[in-house]
Amino acid sequence: METFLVYTFIGLTTAAIYAVIASGLVLTYTTTGVFNFAHGAIGMLAAFAYWQMHEAWHWPTLVAVLVDLLVLGPLLGLFLERVIMRGLGGTSEATKLVVSISLLVAMIGLANVLWNPDVGRTVYPFFNGRKIRLGPTALSYHQLITIIVAILVALGLRLLLTRSRLGVTMRAVVDDPALTQLNGAHPTRVAQFSWAIGCSLAALGGVLVVSSTVLNASGLALLIVNAYAAAIFGRLRSLPLTFVGAIILGLADGYLRGYLPQNDYLTALPLAAPAILLFIVLLAMPNRRLRTHVRTREYFPAPTVRGAVLFCIVVLLGGLMMATTMSTIDLPTYSQLFAIGIIALSLVPLVGFAGQISLCQLSFAGIGAVCMAHVGINGNPLGFVVAILVCGVVGALVALPALRLQGIYLALATAAFAVFLDQWVFHLPDFDVGPIHLGSTTVVPHIMHFSTFSLGSVNVSTVKLFGYNVITPTAQMVLATVLFVICFAIVCFIRRSRFGRRLLAMRDSEAACATFGLDLLGTRLSVFAMSAAMAGLGGALYGTQLTAVTPDRFNFVAGLPIFMMVVVGGAGFASAGLFAGVSLNALLPFMTTVFNSFGKYQLILTGGVGIGLGREPSGAAPQIATGFIALREDLPVIVSMLCLMVVTWAGRLINLYPNWPMLIALFVIFVGAVAIASRRRLVARGIARAAVTGAAAADVEEVPLEWVGVTVPWTPELLAKTEQVLGLGSVTYEAVGAATIRRGGAS
Amino acid sequence: MALLDIQEITVRFGGHTALSNVSLAAEPGEITGLIGPNGAGKTTLFNVVSGLQQPGEGQVLIDGTDVTRLRPSRRARLGLARTFQRLEMFTMLSVRENIRVAADIHKGWARTKVDPAAQVDQILERVGLSELADLRVTKLSTGQGRLVELGRALACEPKVLLLDEPASGQDESETERFAALLRELAAEGLAVVLVEHDVPLVMRECHRINVLDFGKLIASGTPDEIQSNAEVLEAYLGSPAATP
Repeated sequence: METFLVYTFIGLTTAAIYAVIASGLVLTYTTTGVFNFAHGAIGMLAAFAYWQMHEAWHWPTLVAVLVDLLVLGPLLGLFLERVIMRGLGGTSEATKLVVSISLLVAMIGLANVLWNPDVGRTVYPFFNGRKIRLGPTALSYHQLITIIVAILVALGLRLLLTRSRLGVTMRAVVDDPALTQLNGAHPTRVAQFSWAIGCSLAALGGVLVVSSTVLNASGLALLIVNAYAAAIFGRLRSLPLTFVGAIILGLADGYLRGYLPQNDYLTALPLAAPAILLFIVLLAMPNRRLRTHVRTREYFPAPTVRGAVLFCIVVLLGGLMMATTMSTIDLPTYSQLFAIGIIALSLVPLVGFAGQISLCQLSFAGIGAVCMAHVGINGNPLGFVVAILVCGVVGALVALPALRLQGIYLALATAAFAVFLDQWVFHLPDFDVGPIHLGSTTVVPHIMHFSTFSLGSVNVSTVKLFGYNVITPTAQMVLATVLFVICFAIVCFIRRSRFGRRLLAMRDSEAACATFGLDLLGTRLSVFAMSAAMAGLGGALYGTQLTAVTPDRFNFVAGLPIFMMVVVGGAGFASAGLFAGVSLNALLPFMTTVFNSFGKYQLILTGGVGIGLGREPSGAAPQIATGFIALREDLPVIVSMLCLMVVTWAGRLINLYPNWPMLIALFVIFVGAVAIASRRRLVARGIARAAVTGAAAADVEEVPLEWVGVTVPWTPELLAKTEQVLGLGSVTYEAVGAATIRRGGAS
Repeated sequence: MALLDIQEITVRFGGHTALSNVSLAAEPGEITGLIGPNGAGKTTLFNVVSGLQQPGEGQVLIDGTDVTRLRPSRRARLGLARTFQRLEMFTMLSVRENIRVAADIHKGWARTKVDPAAQVDQILERVGLSELADLRVTKLSTGQGRLVELGRALACEPKVLLLDEPASGQDESETERFAALLRELAAEGLAVVLVEHDVPLVMRECHRINVLDFGKLIASGTPDEIQSNAEVLEAYLGSPAATP
C-alpha cells in the first residue's frame, strides 16, 4: 500500500507537469492554428534560464521563478508570434510543421551554445526536497507545489476562458477569426496574448520538471514532447480532457516505473510508453471527413525529361570527381551525403506529391541498416533487397492504422512510431518468436530470430557486387552516387507518371478523387510503403558507410533536420533530396573544416534556414532552378560546360594542380555557363518578341482592345482604334511614374 | 426504373435538420432539376448521394443497388459522377492532366481497352477546352473550371451525373453551349441531376424539377407545374402569391 501511494504521488506529479505543458499547447493551437512542436523546447530554455538565475547567479527561488514565468516566457511568446508565426497564414500543414520543428532544432542548438552541454548541471527541488508526512507516506514540498500549481492553472484557464472578455474573444477567434474582427476584436492581439500565456505555461512546466531529470537540451525538449499525448487526448481542443489525459499518462508512467518487472526487454518500456499511448489515442480519433480543396501557396511543376537527365549526369560527374580527387579521410564523410540524400528523396513522393507527413523516415532507414547488418553478412547484396522489402512492409503496417489521420495528427503518429523504435525496439536484446499456432492454422512455422542493435552497435559489412568488394572509400562513393542517381530517376519518373498525377490529385482533393472511384486507402498505402522502402535502401547504404551502426544514428531527433531540409529544398522537387543531402552532409562538414567553431552553431543555422521557409513555402528549389532553366534549354552551352569541367578534372587527375584550384575553376565554369546561357536566352527572346510584334501588327483586328498593352504592345494604330471606340477624341499620353496614363489636351 | 432513387433521406447536423425526409428520382435520358434558395440542402443532398455525407435515415439506390453504406469510390464504380459547387480542381496539374487523372482511374477499375489519351482529347473537344488544354487550371476562370470538372466526370463514363451549379461563373454564350451539351448527354441516356440558381436555364432544360426549401421537398413536377406552384413562389419571393 505504501509503495502504491508513493508511485501514485510520483505519477500525479508527472501528470501535473504534463497537464501544465499540454494546456499551453492546446491554448496556442486553438487560437492560432499552429501546432507548436517547439513548445517543449521553450520549456527547456526556461529550465536552463532558471538554472542560470537560481543556481549560477544565486537569485532567490521566487525571484528566479517569477522572472522566468512573467518576463522571459511572455517575451519569448510575443517575439515568436511577431517574427515567425504571423507569416504562416495560408501555408500547408507541412510548412507550418517544418517551421515549428526548425524552431525546436534551433532552440536545442541555442541552448547548447549558451550552456556547454559537456558541463553537468543540477537543479535542486523547491525547499531542497524537504518532505511532509501524509498518512503512511511522505510527499515532498516540490511534489505538493507541482500538483497545486496544476490545479491552479486548470482553474485559472477556466476562469480566463469563460469569465473574462479576452477569454471569450479567444474562443470566438477559434471559431471564426474574420467574424470576430468585424465585431471589433483584434485577432492579432488575441494571438499575441495566447502565445505569451502558452510560452509562460511551457516555462512553468520546464521549471517544475527540471529538478527530477538531467539538465540536457534535447532530452528535456523531448521529455516534454510526452506531454503532447495529453493534448491529443483532449483532441487539441478540450482543456478538461487534456487534464484527464495528463493524469492517465502520469499515473501510467508512475506505475510502470514501480511495478514493471526489471529485465532487458522491459527496462526501456516506460520511456516509450507515452509514445505508445499517443499512438493509441490517435487511433481512437473519430474518422475524419474526406479532405476537400484547401488553397495553399505551394506549386511543384513536373521535371522535364531533359532537366532530369542533365541533373543525373551532373550528379554522376560530381560523384566521380569527388571519388577521384578527395582524400580517403574525407571521402567516407562526404559519401554519406548520398545515403542521407536517398532517405531525403524518399520523402519527396510522400510529402511533396501526396501531401502526407512522415517524421519516421530515418527510423525506416534504421530498420534498413539492421537488415543490411544481419542479411548482408560478408557483403551479400541481398541485404539491400531485404532492407527494401522489410521497410516496405513495415511502412505499410505503420501506414495502415495511421492513414486515417491527416496533417498534424499523422505527423504525431509517425513521430510516436519513431520514438517507440528508438526508445525501446532499437534497445531490445535479440529475441526469438515462433512457432505460433492460432487454432489449427500455423501463423509462424519456424523459430524466427529477431535482432535489432543487439544492445549496442552492429557491424555492417561492405557490399560485394558482381564479385567486386566495394570496400575502398572511392568505390563506396561511386556506389553511393549511382544508387542516388537511380533513386532520383525513379522519383522523377513517378512525378511524370500516372501514379504521380494521382498523388498530386489526392493532395488537392481526396473527395474529388473518391468520386472518380479511386481507392484512396490503397493509393496512400502504396505511396507510404514505397517511400519507406526507399528510406530502407538509404539506411542500408548508410549502414555500409558507417560500418559500425548505433541506434542513436537513427533516433527521432536526428531525423528532423532531414525532413526540414527536404521541405526547405522544395518537397515536391526530386532535387530537394540532393539539397538535403548536400546541406546536411557536405556543406556542414565543409564549413566545420573551414571554421573550427562552426559546428557549435550548426543546429541554430539549420533551424534558422527552416524558419525562413514561412516566407517562401515552395522551398528553395524553384528559386535555384530559375537560374538554371536557361542553362537547361541551351544544349551547346551545356555540352561546352561539361567538356570544360571534364578537362579541369582531368588536369587534377594527372596532378597538374591540387584540389583547391580545381574547385574554384569548376565554380567559375559553372557560373560562367549559367551567365552565358541566360544572356543567349535573352537575345533569343528578343528575336522571338520582334516576330510576335510583327504578327500582332498584321492582325490588329483580332486583338481584343482590353488586352492591348497586356498581350500585345501598344502601337499608334491600336491607340487610335481604342480612342475611337471609347469616343475620347484627341488624347495625349505621357509616362508618369509606373506607366500611369494621364489624360490631357482638349476633348 | 429510375437510375437514381433517393428515398426518405434525413440529415441532421447537431440540432439543425439539413434534410428532412427527402425523396426524389432521376430517370435515364432526362435532366432532373433541383432548385431552392441558399441553404435549402441541395449540396448536402448531393453529398449524401455521392457518399461524402452519411444520412441519418433513408436510402440511396443507384440502378437498383442500395449504396447507402458504400464508400464514395464504390458508388463511382456503379456509374455515379459529380461536380462540385466549390471547385475541387487539382491545382498542381494542367487542364488535360486533370481530366487524365479521372480517365486513368476509370480505366483502372472499369478495365476498358480505351486509350486514355485519346479519350481525354475527345472530352476536351466536347467540353470546349481543347485550346486551354495545357494551361495550369489555376489560370482558368470559374466558368472554365466548371467545364474541367464536367470533363473529369465524363471521363468516368457515368450513368448518373450530378452537376452542382455548373453554370455559375459562366457567361451567356458559355451557358448556351453548356445547355446544348447537357441535352446531348441526356439524349445519350444519362440521368442528369442539375442543381442550379439560373432558374430560366432550369425551366428551359429540365424534364422534371424538384424544389427544396429548408431541407424539405416542397414541390416536384414538370417546369409548368413548378412555375404555377404557390408554395414555390412563396419560398422564392417570401410571401404568398397575390391573386389578381
